[in-house]
Parts: sequence; C-alpha cells; structure tokens
Amino acid sequence: MTAWLDSFLAVLRTTVVDVVPIALVLFGFQYLVLRRPVPRLPKVALGFVLVVIGMVFFLEGLEQALFPLGRLMARSLSSPEFLGLSAPSTAWEDYLWVYLFAAALGFATTIAEPALIAVAMEASRITGGAIRPWGLRLAVAVGVAVGIALGCFRIVTGTPLPYYIIAGYAVVLLQTAYAPKAIIALAYDTGGVTTSTVTVPLVAALGLGLAAQIPGRSPVLDGFGLIAFGSLFPMMTVMGYAQAGEWLAHRRRRLKNPS
Amino acid sequence: MLGRLLQPLLYSLRDLTPIVLVVAVFQVLVLRQPFPDLAGLLGGLLLVLVGLALFTQGLELGLFPIGEALAHALARRGSLGLLVLFSFTLGFGTTVAEPALIAIADEAAKVAAQGQLIPDTPLARADYAQGLRYTVAVSVGFAIVLGVIRILRGWPVQWLIVGGYAGVVVLTAFAPPEIVGIAYDSGGVTTSTITVPLVAALGVGLASSIAGRNPLVDGFGLIAFASLTPMVFVMAYGVLR
Repeated sequence: MTAWLDSFLAVLRTTVVDVVPIALVLFGFQYLVLRRPVPRLPKVALGFVLVVIGMVFFLEGLEQALFPLGRLMARSLSSPEFLGLSAPSTAWEDYLWVYLFAAALGFATTIAEPALIAVAMEASRITGGAIRPWGLRLAVAVGVAVGIALGCFRIVTGTPLPYYIIAGYAVVLLQTAYAPKAIIALAYDTGGVTTSTVTVPLVAALGLGLAAQIPGRSPVLDGFGLIAFGSLFPMMTVMGYAQAGEWLAHRRRRLKNPS
Repeated sequence: MLGRLLQPLLYSLRDLTPIVLVVAVFQVLVLRQPFPDLAGLLGGLLLVLVGLALFTQGLELGLFPIGEALAHALARRGSLGLLVLFSFTLGFGTTVAEPALIAIADEAAKVAAQGQLIPDTPLARADYAQGLRYTVAVSVGFAIVLGVIRILRGWPVQWLIVGGYAGVVVLTAFAPPEIVGIAYDSGGVTTSTITVPLVAALGVGLASSIAGRNPLVDGFGLIAFASLTPMVFVMAYGVLR
C-alpha cells in the first residue's frame, strides 16, 4: 500500500510540473498583458486541479491496462503456437491476423471518434452537403485502418520507415495539387485529429510488442512508426474521397447534357 | 451536478468501447484464450476511464475558457510581438501537458534503455523522455508561430507543408536510424486533446479579426504543419545529441 502511495505521489509531482508551463502562460498573459482578473477564478482553479488528478489516473491506468493490452495482443497474435508454426517466422504472409487486428482497431476507434464526428458535420455544412458526414468518416476510418495495417506489415518485413512515409507525403502533395480547394485544410487536419489520447498508447504498444516478437527486428529500429502511418493515410483517403466525388459529379453532368 | 459528472464519463466510455470490443473479440473468438490478470486490466481501464473524464472536465472548466478568451483578445489587439510570444508559449505549454506524449516519451525511453542507447537508470530514462518532450514542445510552438504569421500574411497552407516535408526528407538522410521512428511518431502524438482546441481558437480568432480572411479556409490547416515540425525537430535533436 505504501509502495503504491509512493508511486502515486511521484506521478502526482511530475504531473504538476507538466501542467505548470501552460498555467504560467495563461495566467501570465491574463494578468501581465491583458491586466484583467480571470473571470470565475475558483472554477478555473478547480479545472486545473481536475486536469492534474485526471492525468495521474489516466497515466496510471495506461500502465496497467492499455500498454499491457497492446503488448499482449501483439505477442499472442504473432506467437508460433497460435500460428501453428514450429519456429518463429519472418515471412510476412504468416502474420495476416496481426494486420487484420491492426486494421480493425484503427477502423473501430476512428469511426467512433467524437472529434471526427464534429469535423464531419462541419465539413458537410460548409460544402452544402457535397461531402456527406458518413462518407467522410468512412474515408478517414479506412485511411487509419489501412495505415496501421501497412505499418504492421512494415514492422514484420523490417523495411525502412522513411521510404513509406516520404513516399506517402509525396502522394499527399500530389493530391493537394488536384483536390478541390475546400477539402485541403480539412484533409490535413483529419490526419492529426484521428489519433486520440486512448488510441495512441495502445497502437504504440502493438508496434513495440510486434517488433520484440518477430525474429531479427528490434523495438528501437522497427517498433515505432504506426502512429505516423495512422496520421498520414487519412489525408490521402479524405482527398481521394473528395476527388472521387468531384469526378462522379462531373461525369453525371456530362451524361445528362452530352453537348 | 450529477449530470455534469456523468457526461464526461459517458464520453470517455465512448472513446474506450471500440478498443475494448475489438480486443475482446480477437481474444475470445480468434485466440480463444482468457485474459491473463483480468482484474488488473479492468482496474486499469477503470482508471483510464475516470482519469480521462476528470481530465476533459477540468479542461472544459479551466483551460479552455481562459485560453480561448485570451486567444481572441490577443488576436484582436494586433500586436505582432505579443501574438508571436503567446503562440509560441501556448504551443509549448499545451504540448508539455499532453498526456499521450508523456506516455509515448516514457515508452521510448524504456526502449532506448533496452537497446542500450542510453544507460538503463531511472535518471537517464527520465532525462531522455524529458529531452524528447521539450524538443517536441519547442517544435509545436515554432509551428504555431509560423502558422499565425501565415494567417497574417495570407500564405497558402501548402507552402508550409511543402517546406516541412522538405525538412523531413533532408533530416531523415542525416538522423541516426534509431531516432527516426520515434521522430515520425511524435508528429501524430502531439496534436490531440489539449493542443487542438486552443490552437483552433487562436486560428479562428485571428482569421475572423482580419478583413478579407475566411476563418474556415485560413483558420485551419495548422494541425498538419504542427505534425510535421516535431519530425524535423526530433531528428535534429537526434543529430545534435
């Protein structure tokens, strides 16, 4: 019990230190630059206390549940016993279950992401319904699913991460030149929005666990990168979705009045 | 009062449910195994649930109202120096307090210690994690400053993206291979719970206080740039370290 209390207090101390900079920035500008008192100060102070306690609980829970779950799934789905192999394999096609799990995880967490639902409604409103909320959410979720699954394939094969990410950004830049202007900023932002606070630790643990399990791979060199994949691919699928929509509308118009 | 406590709990439950469902389906139907240490896992999930609920509720009560009001007030004032200082410190401060980044930096330090890149002592690990987080925080502050100048000058967002991308390509060639993975990942991690709403408020406030700017076109697009700069800065940190 005392050991638990000690670790709790240690986490509490570092968390307070982590929240100090942003509190200094906000209160400093409020009092020194605007020279105005903070409206409803007790409520704001309570908010900061809740932020600190919430972070302590969250980080503690992360260590106890989300990181172990990610490692557990990586280990079980790639273990030779489960795959029916006599020895650990390095052939990429032996790990189809891992890719499937990664894709399912990426899809499920993204389609239910509240931030994305809000963005999708907003986008539909701006474009006057040309972008459908469900279409956009599907495009993003498929993007994350494909991204994380491909990231697992990369870990299994041990191919260099920069090849994928640099090539991916090249595709994004190319799409930017041709995609409808209204969607570009939105597509860029969806990439960052989708990787939420709960998904990130689990996905990171999945990658690190996988790299530790596959013979010849090291967590340091191969374990990271899944989050980068997960934020890159939605940019492609969202712009692709907008481009496909534009192309279809264009074709429909041409079919209606063949001049 | 009860409703106010229940609402964030329901929201964080909605965040967790898909993860729990996918993991449970694979564990029960595909692996056909019971969970080891089920009680510990459930306890941890409960902590995540309660922690996330308190955290978001605290943000709504304290950080977001004062942050958004400040962003709007400073955007209206039009003093470039103050605006730049505020943008940088805002990006830095929110990133240091980002829980996902704290978790990932700690994990990266453990991996680096196991890979014998750094000595395997608590002090060395804490140093490494902190160096990583402060580098990312500086890079996000820098990104927000450039993003603000972009809105004031009306530069197209694509220019920044192309520039950041060029930085990533160049530094990848020079960075030690063991830093590249975590550098690429830190881009996606930074932009989550705290940073996005405050930065969006700053962008929208700025764009709507300048004549001829459209908040929807000019106010957004900062997030992608704020995911590119951490890649560049963390790799530079790896080169210099």
